[in-house]
Amino acid sequence: MDNIVERVKKIVAEQLGVNEADIKNESSFVDDLGADSLDTVELVMALEEEFECEIPDDQAEKITTVQQAVDYILANKK
Amino acid sequence: MLNDKIALVTGATRGIGRAIALELGRQGATVIGTATSEDGAGKISAYLTESGVKGRGIVLNVTDAAQTDAVLADIAKELGAITILVNNAGITRDNLAMRMGDDEWDAVIDTNLKAVFRLSRGVMRGMMKARFGRIVNISSVVGYSGNPGQANYCAAKAGVAGLSRSLARELGSRNITVNCVAPGFIATDMTHALTEEQKAAMLASIPLGRAGTPEDVAGAVGFLVSPAASYVTGTTVHVNGGMFMD
Repeated sequence: MDNIVERVKKIVAEQLGVNEADIKNESSFVDDLGADSLDTVELVMALEEEFECEIPDDQAEKITTVQQAVDYILANKK
Repeated sequence: MLNDKIALVTGATRGIGRAIALELGRQGATVIGTATSEDGAGKISAYLTESGVKGRGIVLNVTDAAQTDAVLADIAKELGAITILVNNAGITRDNLAMRMGDDEWDAVIDTNLKAVFRLSRGVMRGMMKARFGRIVNISSVVGYSGNPGQANYCAAKAGVAGLSRSLARELGSRNITVNCVAPGFIATDMTHALTEEQKAAMLASIPLGRAGTPEDVAGAVGFLVSPAASYVTGTTVHVNGGMFMD
């Protein structure tokens, strides 16, 4: 669990060019971390690669915070 | 200059597509050219090899979504991300609008517009990750001027220009440029089908007084994919001898 949170935060930091220490579980990609719509698409692509899963578009739209990403990955982990 | 870059050129068997494939190869890119038949793919492989260009011809019907996905996946797996895409494949189904059937309209829109979108979408992920991409769409002077008997073709080509501008805005932040090259009257198989009367009328309207060559068009494409054009996006380079000026 903690491991997944750390991995998600690391990817978010890389993709959005923010400091890992500034990323909280409840951080919103757009409102708190300055992501634009293209950033969020890229972020989902990076998450798909890291966790070797496919996130359908209708689900991807609902992933707007670090916690939501973690929850999705936990729920859909093989 | 384009060493280590993978380029995909659609409709590369002959004419403008062939000249573009050779120009990109001359600049050092590995070039994959598409043809609709095995025979065409073989011809592409042959002229690339003959010119010392890395790459080969492959079969792709650009209106086939499943085949497009499969081909893009194969290239990515074998060679890496496609970072240069030239959408050149195109067809005509000329007819006066009053007589134009839905089938004629759809065939041209599918090949000349929808396939351009689909291929562009298909290479975006790789370009975004590479933080580099060059998409060049071959439109046409008639997409800007209009042309009787070509409502379908002109609509598709004007559509490509709008598509290109939107993609240029969407992808600019990732160092992906999207531009059009709009050929005028170029001596190819496509324009060979015109009547002598039509050709004479065309030439009379061209300030430079001659038909263009595929190499004239390839030169503009070569510029747009080169480092010299790294700050050029969302625009159209007209290669038409002055027959249309915007």
